[in-house]
Amino acid sequence: MDIKVLGPGCKNCETLAVNTEKALAELKKEANIEKVTDFKVIAKYGVLSTPGLVINGKVLSTGKVLKPKQIMKLIEKVSYE
Amino acid sequence: MNIFGILNNQLLKMEWLARLVESLVENVFGLDVSTPVGGSLHFFIYDIIKIFILLSVLIFVISYIQSYFSPERTKKMLGRLDGISANILGALLGTLTPFCSCSSIPIFTGFTNAGLPLGVTFSFLISSPLVDLASIILLASIFNWKIAIAYVIVGLILAIIGGTVIGKSNLEGYVAPFVYSNDMAEVEQADLTRKDRVNFSSEQVLSIIKRVWLYVVIGVGVGAAIHNWIPEEIISALLGHDKWYSVLIATFVALPMYADIFGTLPIAEALVAKGVGLGTVLSFMMAVTALSLPSLIMLKNVVKMKLLLFFLGIVIIGILIIGYSFNIISFLFI
Repeated sequence: MDIKVLGPGCKNCETLAVNTEKALAELKKEANIEKVTDFKVIAKYGVLSTPGLVINGKVLSTGKVLKPKQIMKLIEKVSYE
Repeated sequence: MNIFGILNNQLLKMEWLARLVESLVENVFGLDVSTPVGGSLHFFIYDIIKIFILLSVLIFVISYIQSYFSPERTKKMLGRLDGISANILGALLGTLTPFCSCSSIPIFTGFTNAGLPLGVTFSFLISSPLVDLASIILLASIFNWKIAIAYVIVGLILAIIGGTVIGKSNLEGYVAPFVYSNDMAEVEQADLTRKDRVNFSSEQVLSIIKRVWLYVVIGVGVGAAIHNWIPEEIISALLGHDKWYSVLIATFVALPMYADIFGTLPIAEALVAKGVGLGTVLSFMMAVTALSLPSLIMLKNVVKMKLLLFFLGIVIIGILIIGYSFNIISFLFI
């Protein structure tokens, strides 16, 4: 699983990355979390409000600092597909 | 007094709270509210409680409305219009779209890339921090409805005209090339249920209060100090009604400062009480909120210096014009 957190590095983006790690730990899953701070790349994903959460190349959330529980749901959904 | 007046005084101005705090200061602290110490203490406690109550309720209601206007949706709505109507809608949506300064670059890139004219994007970027729905109601609480509505209209006009001037000046060449060259993906927007919107709104209340509480406390502290400690002569010598340079001083002192609109309101309140002109106070508030160093530094990532300075210049000139004209017509409002 490939996870990206999109955002210029503000506090919300940091929190989202930390929550994603928590969600992964809770699910006992391994994944590579990459923090994308380059505006060019963020723009490519079509994300207008940061932070954005991208799992396996798909934008699943924008402009929200998701809680670990919410991220767990998204990860489970993606793994199920 | 009519019912509207009573509601206005009790719910918005919270006169009950003012009286409650007054008896607290007099009976518990044993201080007379007409003395400087008692008066500052009263201003401080009353304003802090009032602003936090209003803020929580307002942010909740406004976030609920905002959950219908994501930047992605705004982009689509704006794409359907052109000319001045696009600038007007851009300015209006700027007041509604939830937006923090760290999102300004993705929004700028997204809007420009989608083919929106530069001017429309700037109308949006100017109005977004300047005119906030919550600020309208707080202004009505602290001053009155006439001033609140005037502030909003003037702020929107500044955003519309500022954006239009930037749009007409052919500055597209001063935007970083990658903004245009990217092929951008469309993000699908999930439909929100009512529960999602309520959750979103409650989270907004918490996160905004966490972000602004310090500004509010500092703002109220400065307001309390101005209110009771700084002699009126000093303030009126610098910022008085009759001084032609008052608006200039207020604007340029405020430029490098950045605070949330909620932090600047108590300062504005105290300044008006000291006899500073309404226009001067509005200039101060607009300069503090509209232009912030962090967001300018971010914008520098996607536009060249010339466009950035152009943007700064237009906003400053606009704020000065607003200040001077409001000082001339302020007799209509107070």
